[in-house]
Amino acid sequence: MTDPVTDPVTGPAHGGGTVLDVRDLRVRVDTARGTADIVNGLSYSVAAGETVAVVGESGSGKSVSVLALLGLLPGHARVSGTAAFRGRDLLAMSEAELRTVRGNGIGMVFQDPMTSLNPVLTVGRQLTEGLLAHGRAGGRKAARARAAELLADVGLPDPRGALDRYPHELSGGMRQRVVIAIALSGDPALLIADEATTALDVTVQAQILELVAGLQRERGTGVVWITHDLGVVAGTADRVLVMYGGRCVEDGSVDDVFEAPAHPYTRGLLGALPALHDEDGADGAPAERPDLVAIGGTPPPPTDLPPGCVFWPRCPVRGDERCATEQPPLVPVRGSGPVPHRAATFYGERLQQTEVGA
Amino acid sequence: MNGSGAQVRGVQQVRDPQDVLVRARGLQVHFPVRSTGLRRRRTGAVRAVDGVDLDVRRGEVLGLVGESGCGKSTLGNALLRLVEPTGGSVEFDGTDVTALDRRALRALRRRAVMVFQDPYASLDPRLTVGQTIAEPLQVHGLHPGAAARAARVAQLLELVGVDPAAASRYPHEFSGGQRQRVGIARALAGEPDFVVCDEAIASLDVSVQAQVLNLLRSLQRRLGLTLLFVSHDLAAVRHLSDRIAVMYLGRVVEVADAAELSRSPQHPYTQALLSAVPLPSPELERARERIVLTGDVPSAARVPSGCRFRTRCRHAFAPCPEVDPALQDVGGGHTAACHLHGVVGLEDPRAVRT
Amino acid sequence: MSAAAAPVRPRRNRFLAGARLLLGSPPALFAALVLVGVVLVALFDDQVAPSGANDVDVQQRLQPPGAGHWFGTDDLGRDVLSRVVLGAKVSLQVGVVAVGFSLVCGVLVGLFAGFYGRWLDTALMRLMDVLFAFPAMLLAIAVIAILGPGTTNAMIAIGITYTPVFARVTRAAVLGVRESVFVRASRSVGASDPRLLFRHVLPNALPPIIVQTSVSLAFAVLAEAALSFVGLGTQPPAPSWGRMLAEGRGYVDLAWWIAVFPGLAIVVLVLAFNLLGDGLRDVLDPQQRSALEAARARSGRRRRRTPGRTS
Repeated sequence: MTDPVTDPVTGPAHGGGTVLDVRDLRVRVDTARGTADIVNGLSYSVAAGETVAVVGESGSGKSVSVLALLGLLPGHARVSGTAAFRGRDLLAMSEAELRTVRGNGIGMVFQDPMTSLNPVLTVGRQLTEGLLAHGRAGGRKAARARAAELLADVGLPDPRGALDRYPHELSGGMRQRVVIAIALSGDPALLIADEATTALDVTVQAQILELVAGLQRERGTGVVWITHDLGVVAGTADRVLVMYGGRCVEDGSVDDVFEAPAHPYTRGLLGALPALHDEDGADGAPAERPDLVAIGGTPPPPTDLPPGCVFWPRCPVRGDERCATEQPPLVPVRGSGPVPHRAATFYGERLQQTEVGA
Repeated sequence: MNGSGAQVRGVQQVRDPQDVLVRARGLQVHFPVRSTGLRRRRTGAVRAVDGVDLDVRRGEVLGLVGESGCGKSTLGNALLRLVEPTGGSVEFDGTDVTALDRRALRALRRRAVMVFQDPYASLDPRLTVGQTIAEPLQVHGLHPGAAARAARVAQLLELVGVDPAAASRYPHEFSGGQRQRVGIARALAGEPDFVVCDEAIASLDVSVQAQVLNLLRSLQRRLGLTLLFVSHDLAAVRHLSDRIAVMYLGRVVEVADAAELSRSPQHPYTQALLSAVPLPSPELERARERIVLTGDVPSAARVPSGCRFRTRCRHAFAPCPEVDPALQDVGGGHTAACHLHGVVGLEDPRAVRT
Repeated sequence: MSAAAAPVRPRRNRFLAGARLLLGSPPALFAALVLVGVVLVALFDDQVAPSGANDVDVQQRLQPPGAGHWFGTDDLGRDVLSRVVLGAKVSLQVGVVAVGFSLVCGVLVGLFAGFYGRWLDTALMRLMDVLFAFPAMLLAIAVIAILGPGTTNAMIAIGITYTPVFARVTRAAVLGVRESVFVRASRSVGASDPRLLFRHVLPNALPPIIVQTSVSLAFAVLAEAALSFVGLGTQPPAPSWGRMLAEGRGYVDLAWWIAVFPGLAIVVLVLAFNLLGDGLRDVLDPQQRSALEAARARSGRRRRRTPGRTS
């Protein structure tokens, strides 16, 4: 396994301690169509109180990369690398240890609240179960009281009444709040949100984003936010990691990545987004909207990744002849702050000098 | 209209803004709620679409936005009578759609079509892409003969940017974006006048969304289509639409020119919706002030009295629970259904704001 | 319908390719060979059978399998091999005709009930429930009481008893497919109900029906045996595997071969039906089919590839 992507060790971005430190994470799965390289050498770290967004489209490996950390992948997936959570390697833990960590140190919120809640148990049961199992409440009564507190924390109206309701009696937004309450019940140092607001409406999404930001400020939780929505990233993340074809193609502070993207894929994504507001034309009236700059083609199947840059087959730039045959390493490009800005391309800084979408 | 073979209907007709192709008046779609048990008595109704007036002008792209459960999809379906309206009327090019018999309805199905949300579910997995696209041709007896039909299928595939040689392949061999192109080709096969795109880009990745948006726009212009673009994605709707209608809980609450709507929304709901859309710029995100609505959308089975938005509206005042606001002109063809723009019997409604 | 599809889909080639794919899997190939064999034997039974079905030879009663009688002889000295060969026709007929009958009736009932729902669903499915409520044998006996005994009537009776099973399986599958977006999409371009039913709904509802068919074929063969045993099916002395099995039961400790060989014949036939059903289900599903094709291609490549190289 030769992989030219070598990662200079990035320390924690901020002063706070590192909660999660992932090094060279790889996930391979044998399928009927061959070996699928789903995650190929991913490294990042999350500091306390920090939000790291992992952005990518479907099939980029962003979800698999976190499921792998939590030991939630099916048995035939081969995971390698290290993932130190508060100093201990998650990937080396036994199933029993992982279970403790999942309930106690790391909280998870998934896309579909209906599938992460058990439909035949009341909200109260599901909350108190975790509290009791991890010894976070003395008895049933105390657990119920704590559960009601948690529901109040996540902004559920009438938290005591909600304890006796079933998931289907709640709206999507309320269910997601319950899932967040369950995730927070173990007082986690790290919260992993996998497309946690994707199924929600924008106004409800706004509520949830605000809720998580508030809880994070209060508790100093580190957050890994996995999403395809660049708007959500811009509003919530401190740092961003852009994934494509199972690789990190660009990472850096949210400002650097959005204001001066260096990888053609990141630039393509940003250029492909329709703008909500219009720019005024010369006469003050809204200008005629040009076509969006779409990225042609589709992502490569993980069973058949290109030999060079993963984005090469769709790349509109192809600014270096090595791209087709050689994997560009993740190298520093122009950045503005203390967080290193890096991109896996041979010509990142050159590209940064041009306008996105040009 | 029967120009078989003529695929591009020429340059856009000169647009008369009042030339309405689809006109809904007081349109209602209520779904009965039945009690469980043996008798299954009717106990109420989900008022999915509850008295909608809407004009879709010939040759325009009308965006229809709203959150899940607001009835926008049901409205789109009801305009094509894919869902039976329970009240009100829909006129398509002058004829009342709600009164059509079976045969006339099938004729309408050629002229008014739909592009569905999920390209993975909307193509029959057991038919080749060519068979799927050929279906409207067969159903309506267009391009009769196997060879003519195959030629037309190839032409349609080319039109939507898919290799015509792919006609003999099955849907699962295609990516989501390509499938959606196939869905569009099927919709366009019978040379329709009116296309409803029901969340047509919602299940696609960002980069692919852009491809499909571009395709829809160019097709709409080349073929002079009238498009109803139903979506929850305000930015995409803004990008594609000439005008935008905003729905909330079964009603259209605001209609305006697209640029005007995104620049100065008049209904408090539209304002909140616009402010909740995350912008892909950290700078703008930090700078903006977000109106975070409290609570959830009420159930369409229990619609609040008066203005439906009042339970979440930060401006709600005295007349809101009493009077159901109608769409009224707030200037330049921009209409909104809100008492802030004047209630009969109050001098200055803004004075009563909380 | 099929003619119309011809231009966009080279049907013949696809059929051939499908057949090749089906026969490429060892179980299905085995099943097909067995079925072809059984059909050939049934067609040319007179030529294949060493002796007549009812050539009684009292001297040769209860002979164990040996050179003279490969499968031995029964209590009347009849050659078991000959009776197995001559019984193939009956068993095949019963399987195909009875199941074919219930397949057609049941699928139509299930299709209409599931697709149209409401009162039609209630009416049809209650009728099916009534049929289903009777024990299968009792129902078959009642039918035969009306029609009179005999192989043909036994087939009809068995067909009727299995109809509700197919109706239920089909209805359940149709309910799932009916709501799918592609059916709505097809309706939205103006497709008529028959078109929706037979071009979209039925093909997509097929997999559980195929499985049910192969299971029912097995049961039908056995049901015929039971009916014949109580004297309502195939009339003695005509051979049928089921009746031979039933008749041989009394001699199992004395002359195991009388029951075992017809029993084996039933097992092999039923197994062949099941294996073929599984294979068909996979090949009829375009997605499964591509996966199969890909897997075949890969294994083909792997075999040809020089060792030591990796992908």
